[in-house]
Formats: sequence, structure tokens, C-alpha cells
Amino acid sequence: MDLHQLWTIVSTPDNVPIVLLLFVVPFYAWYGLRQAFANDRLIAQLEGNPEMAKTHHRKIQPFKAGWTREVHVWPYLLRIEFLAAIIVTVILMVWSITLNAPLEEPSNPTLTMNPSKAPWYFLGLQEMLVYFDPWIAGVVMPSLIIVGLMVIPYIDANPLGNGYYTYKQRKFSILTFIFGFIVLWVSMIVIGTLIRGPGWMWFWPGTTWDHNRLIFEVNRDLPDLFGIAGRAGKIIFGAVVVGAYFLAAAVLIHKLITKTAFNRKIYARMSVLQYVTMQVFLIIMLSLPVKILARQLFRIKYVWVTPWFNI
Amino acid sequence: MPETNGNDGKPAPPAAPAAGNGNGAGNGGKVAAVVAGAKAVKTRAVEEMKGAIKAPEKTDLWKSVLRVKHDETPRSRALGVLSNVFLHLHPAKVNRDAVAYNYTWGMGGMTFYVYITLVFTGTLLMFYYHPSKVVAFRDILYLDSDVPFGKLLRNMHRWGAHLMVIMVELHMFRVFLTGSYKKPREFNWVVGVLLLVLTLLLSFTGYLLPDDQLGFWAVTVGTNMARATPLLGHGGPFGPQMGMTPFNDVRFGLLGGSIVDSNALLRAYIWHCVAIPIIASAFMVVHFWRVRKDGGISGPAPVVLESEIKEPRKI
Repeated sequence: MDLHQLWTIVSTPDNVPIVLLLFVVPFYAWYGLRQAFANDRLIAQLEGNPEMAKTHHRKIQPFKAGWTREVHVWPYLLRIEFLAAIIVTVILMVWSITLNAPLEEPSNPTLTMNPSKAPWYFLGLQEMLVYFDPWIAGVVMPSLIIVGLMVIPYIDANPLGNGYYTYKQRKFSILTFIFGFIVLWVSMIVIGTLIRGPGWMWFWPGTTWDHNRLIFEVNRDLPDLFGIAGRAGKIIFGAVVVGAYFLAAAVLIHKLITKTAFNRKIYARMSVLQYVTMQVFLIIMLSLPVKILARQLFRIKYVWVTPWFNI
Repeated sequence: MPETNGNDGKPAPPAAPAAGNGNGAGNGGKVAAVVAGAKAVKTRAVEEMKGAIKAPEKTDLWKSVLRVKHDETPRSRALGVLSNVFLHLHPAKVNRDAVAYNYTWGMGGMTFYVYITLVFTGTLLMFYYHPSKVVAFRDILYLDSDVPFGKLLRNMHRWGAHLMVIMVELHMFRVFLTGSYKKPREFNWVVGVLLLVLTLLLSFTGYLLPDDQLGFWAVTVGTNMARATPLLGHGGPFGPQMGMTPFNDVRFGLLGGSIVDSNALLRAYIWHCVAIPIIASAFMVVHFWRVRKDGGISGPAPVVLESEIKEPRKI
């Protein structure tokens, strides 16, 4: 156990935000989901009791008959905003007084940093480089993440859960977002920051960063595993495998989104375009964990090998 | 006596100087009249000052600045917000449950506040920084060691930037969990995603500016991705077939050269300090405007039951 190494990584000034992320992301996930579950209990209660549903104010917040439903911005909101501004300022001041921004040697193109890392918010993408070529991990995936986020409101056909926390009414979308945001985005940032060491090799927290460590990777391409040698054969084989993945993933996702009676009801509301768009983005999102598993379990480097690109 | 005159709250009696004037004879009388007149003016000035201090809201100066009454009536409270240029983004009233912290987490508002802090500290930093390969690093050393509060300024800018990225992501998380992107706020979510991208780009372009090893290699790693752009990068699929070389591809356009050098520093500086802040501000204006136009803050709304789903409108 090399505590000094651990401390060096954790206390590197630019890693402090990730240490912060480790706490705030789980906290806010819990904070939001707790309200979601409270709302779900209320919904279950109201669904079981139609009389109550007619008279209840339908929120978990307390409400009494004489209370107004709206309050004045001045002072009830502005005082909170003012307080928030002060608190943020204090936090930022204290953080800035106690911890100095990093400054290393002057830039030197002849001296490569090892590991050389992107800023922390891009480390998820850099971590993806282990599993995909740069054109996918650095260009296609980021673009698809941006576009995929943008299309969310247009492919979510579920009218429930608009303006209140709920889990039960939006199980599929909540779980998908948490999978994408926490499991893929945040945890890959954490891996890229805290675990990847020299040569972008995996060092568990507490182990020493050994700059002379060598790992003999025995990754093979999938066509080679099947003994396919010719160029045309590899191209066709890869296309077939990728096509098969798309098909299998589409079937799996279709099963998931038509699993419950409620999900089928939402599915019936979707237009063909909405459905196809959602399938494409979910299939591509799922390809990341699939490729990670293929690499970690079966040591597969590329699935589709062509002279122009490799996947 | 002026002291006793002052207490009844009325302007000083103008009769006093007039009386003095009438009785005067010779030079001594004239002097006495002037003194009496001066005293009267002084008394009046004191009266007016007392009145202004006691009720400043009744002065013309006050009225001209604040335009509306600020008494404790609902109308005044509403006008106080609506007729103020900085506060008028707010409605006059909000959902009573929305002001509690647990619904919004305050992340959107705090992100905007941190952005303002960053613009402020960033502007101050610009006074001490030259975007030139020769002096950029030395300017940072100078900031850290010689500029009064320079170190604090740079630290606040750095940590504020990290805080903003975290807050933007948490804001998006909250908006998703509450389903606030749903009708009628779909487009505002799109604007929000663009703001997220702009925030990351702002942070990334700022990373190079100290011109140290950390920023240099981070930007090298980051922009090396661009050379793998399909069709448009010399290392990407079908890039060579499109005639891409290190000297004409998309990476060259980003860096202003084939390596991260002085042109890249200048480009990062201009994107960071001028272009992206302007673009981001424009999107923020739209974002906040749309929050209002789409019906204000999304909730906490009354829960809707499954049995109450309305049939979708057929096109």
C-alpha cells in the first residue's frame, strides 16, 4: 500500500474536482431519488384512492387550505439567491486561498509528460481511447453524445413526470440517464483521473506508479480469432459482426422498452422516427460497455478491420 | 434662535430676513440683514437635509433612480422586481415550493453566478497577461508572485472554472430527473446542451493559456483527436482520400499550425476571452428568456397519474 502515491494523486490540484465529484454526484443522485421515491409513494396512494386524488394538492410538500400557491419573488426568492451568491463566493474564496492552481514547467514540446492527460472533464473520452480508435472516441462519440443529449426531449414520448421527481413513472429514461451519466461519463472520468498512470496503464489506488512497468498486451482482432486472413474476408466478416451487434442490441432494447404494460403504452405513442432515433443512439451508447467487456474478457482489439478504419 | 425654529418641521419663516431688512439703517443694518438672511438659508438647508434623511424615498433623486414606490404592498413588491433591469428576469411571483432548495438545487442560478465571477476575475487577469509564447508563462509567474492578490485571482479563476463544469453537469442531472425538458421546454434543453458544450470549450481553451507542461500536453492530447476526424482530418478514416495533410486539415484550423505553438496560444486566447464568452452569453440570454416564456420554473408540479394521460394529438 503506497499511501504517498495515493496522496499525490488525490491532492494534485487539478484532481481535487474529481475528488469533489466522488462526493457530490452520489449525494445529489440520492437527494433527487429520495424525492422521487417519496413522490412514487404519493402516486401509489392517490392511485389507490380516487377520492383522495380529487382533493389532494398532489405534492409531497406540506400544504394547508389557507396558503397561497405562489409567493412573491421579493423577498422569498431573491433572499435565497443572495444567500447562495454569498455562500458560493465564500466557498470559492476559501478554496482559492487554501489551494493553489497548478503551474508546471514551461511548455516543452520535446519533453512528453507521462501520463499526459486531457483536462479532467475530457478524461472519459480519453479513457474511451483504450477501447476505440481516436476517430470514434475523440470525434464521433463526443458528437453523438451532444446530439444524443439534444434529441432526448424529442424522443421521450412519456408525458408523465413533467416537473416533479419520480422514478416509477419514468423507470426506463431515469435508469438510462443514470447509466449514461454516472456509470459511463462520471466513472470513466474517475478512472481516467485516479487510476490511469504512466503509459495510461491501470494502477489500483494505493499502488505505486511504476514508470518502467510493461504490460504485454495479447489483444487480437476478432477476424484473426476466427482465422480469417484475406482483406476482403475481414471487411465482410467485420461488417457482419457489427451488423449482428446492431440487430441483437436493437432486439434487446426493444424488449426492454416493451417490457411492462406501461412501457408498451408509451411505445405505442412513439412515431417511427422517434423510435428509430432512440434505437440508434441507445445501440451506439451500449456499444461502449460491450466493447469494454469484449476487451477485458476476450482480449479483442478490433472487430471490424478495414484498410480505411478499424472498429 | 435657529435651533428652536428647526424643530417644527416646517421651512424656516421667510419673514425673518424681510423684517431685518425693513428695520435696517446704515451699514450695520445691512450687515445684520445679510447675516440674518444667511442664517435663514442655513436653517432652511438644514430642514431640507433633515427631511431628505428622514424620508429619502420622497426625494426626486431617489424617485429618479428607483422609479417606483417601495412600500410593503404586493403591488410595490411586484414592481420592485419587474421594473428592475437586473431582476426583471424573475416573475413577480413563483411557485411556493420552488423556492425550497430541494427541487432545483440552485444549480442553474449558481452556475450563472460563477460565470459572472469568472468574467470578472478573467477580465482582471487579462490586464496582466500577454498571449505570446515569449512572455505568457512569465506573466503567470508574475501574477503568482508580484501582482497584488494575483495568486488569489488566478486560483479563483481556475477553481471557479472547475466548479462551473461540475455545476452545469449537476444542473443537467436535476433537469433530467425532474423531467423539466418535457413539453413545452424541449428547445430550452437543446440550448442548455449547447451551453454545456460551450462551458467545456471555455474551460478547455483556458487550459492552454498558462503555457506550462500541463496545459500544453492536455491541449496536444485534445487536439490530436481532431486529426482523426473522419473525412476532415489527415489521420482519420477517408481523410487522406479527401486530400487531408497535417497542413490543411481541421486540426490545422484549430491550432493555426501543425503543432501547438504561438498561433495556437493566440487562437486559444481569442476563443477563450472574446469569442466563446460572447457566444455563450447570447445562448444564456436565450436560455433565461425561454425559462420565462416557457412558463417559468417547471415545478414542483402536482403529480399526474397514469390514468390521467391524455391521448396524443394526431398530426
